[in-house]
Amino acid sequence: MTLALPRPVARRFTLRRPRPGLTAAGLVLLVTLAAAAWPSLFAGDPLAADPLRVLEAPSAAHWFGTDQLGRDVFDRVVHGARHSLSIGVAATVIAVGAGILLGVVAGLVHRVADEALSRGFDALAAFPLVLLALLFIAIAGTGTTSLIVAIGIATTPHHARVVRAQTLVVRQAPYVTHAVAFGASRPRLVLRHVLPNVLGPIPVLAMIGLGEAVLIAAGLSFLGLGPQPPSPEWGAMLSEGRGYLHIAWWASLLPGAAVTATVISLTVIGRHVQHRFEGRPS
Amino acid sequence: MTRAVARRIASGAVVLWAAATAAYLALLAAPGDIVDSLIGDGADTPQIRAQIITEWNLDRPAVVQYLDYLWRAAQGDLGRSYLLQRPVGEVIGDQLPPTLRLAVAAAVFGVVLALVLAVTTRHRWVRRASSTAELIIVSTPPFLIGIVLLSVFSFRFGLFPVSGDQGWAALVLPAVTLGLPIAGVLAQVLRDGLDRALDEPFAVTARARGLTERAVLMRHALRHSLIPAVTLLGWLTGALLGGAVIIEQVFGRPGLGQVTLQAVGNGDMPVVLAVVVLAAAAFVVVNTVADLAYLLIDPRLRRSTS
Repeated sequence: MTLALPRPVARRFTLRRPRPGLTAAGLVLLVTLAAAAWPSLFAGDPLAADPLRVLEAPSAAHWFGTDQLGRDVFDRVVHGARHSLSIGVAATVIAVGAGILLGVVAGLVHRVADEALSRGFDALAAFPLVLLALLFIAIAGTGTTSLIVAIGIATTPHHARVVRAQTLVVRQAPYVTHAVAFGASRPRLVLRHVLPNVLGPIPVLAMIGLGEAVLIAAGLSFLGLGPQPPSPEWGAMLSEGRGYLHIAWWASLLPGAAVTATVISLTVIGRHVQHRFEGRPS
Repeated sequence: MTRAVARRIASGAVVLWAAATAAYLALLAAPGDIVDSLIGDGADTPQIRAQIITEWNLDRPAVVQYLDYLWRAAQGDLGRSYLLQRPVGEVIGDQLPPTLRLAVAAAVFGVVLALVLAVTTRHRWVRRASSTAELIIVSTPPFLIGIVLLSVFSFRFGLFPVSGDQGWAALVLPAVTLGLPIAGVLAQVLRDGLDRALDEPFAVTARARGLTERAVLMRHALRHSLIPAVTLLGWLTGALLGGAVIIEQVFGRPGLGQVTLQAVGNGDMPVVLAVVVLAAAAFVVVNTVADLAYLLIDPRLRRSTS
């Protein structure tokens, strides 16, 4: 009995298809994470000013040049990774946490309450993020904490919508019906059966949300609403460098390039993971 | 048909009411006295305090305060900025035209560029290059795009003014900056729509009738791909409004964004609240227009609703 099936040759190649974009994104993210974790390992003091070396072009001594106070832009960009990433991560944690809570509640409560909550999510999700965050900052004042909470709240509705949709699917699942038939209490039902199964898409969601959060954080701190000078945050550096753009492009463009590279990497990896998760080729 | 329109208007009114209420609650939730929040960094004199208390009915019961606030908002009275000593409506009215000019120019540029990109980059390699460019543009902070354009076209070549709002030349770079990310998102949506439409049986029929590929694309597929793009109109308005705040700062333009930022910085709450309510109103109007646009684009919807 020798039934030779044609070997799926083409398949092997598609599996090993090189993905330069994905590899580059992974590398950029690794570098950014390393910079955020141990900035002092790669760069010197981000606050050390040298009044004799103001606005110098990139050179061997100063890879990214110097800014208007003679501070090394490379050192500042490396140290900025920690500021920018931690703001993004903290805001995403708030958004995902609140999103799970509100989404599960909306998915489990009575239809009328669900309708009201969902309409609220829809309207807020469509509202300009920057304006929502500005409203919060106007009330709570400027500063890093306020910026984090503002972005967290502004991006919550998006997560809540996804979790609600997932909750509606899960609560119809046979295992939930069985648990009800076995007499599981409501808290047990929610915590033991619904919640863990709702959490599936959360890592993917958080990954894409993180990119967005880093982007908004840079925008708001560019407007002067985030960490205050002299702290080396990417958006704040861009805003400081804007005034010297005509003589020193490096002081604003290179921190900007760092934001862009980080956000693109997060988006590329996020989309890839999402496609994998949904079982589609990316 | 009239029923659908009526329902649309009713739900729009509900959204506006919710936005006005949320703004009011935000004012109540702010730390400190409501009078303190309304004054912000403005002059804090007993006269102004007395004025605020009468204008906001703060000596009356809370329900009356709230209903009166809604009643004033419904009449278009957005209150008074105690910092600037001017009615908020006037402050915003002054700054609206430059922002509207910017938003309209950016929207036209973004939509046209997206259409051109989606229709012309059908070939495999061009398409991949275009998709990559779109991903990069969408992930780039808008202010960075602005700064790059400024440093190249204004500082290096001196083609456009560096800041301000004098004439059409000053509008070009801000509009391009604001329009590029919009074009990036729209082009992706349109391209997906075109792909789906070209796989439909009607595309096969059209080809079988001997239409050229270009005619199938322009006359049949494009219309279908517009439907998901119209859904994005609400998002587009949000992107324009939110983006304008940042872009106006980059290019030193006057406008709603500058007013909002100053108000946030000085704690001028009446102005901030008015901007939020105004944005909600714009959102409602645009979504209503989008719903009507569906009917215009898709004859099938017209038949089923009438």
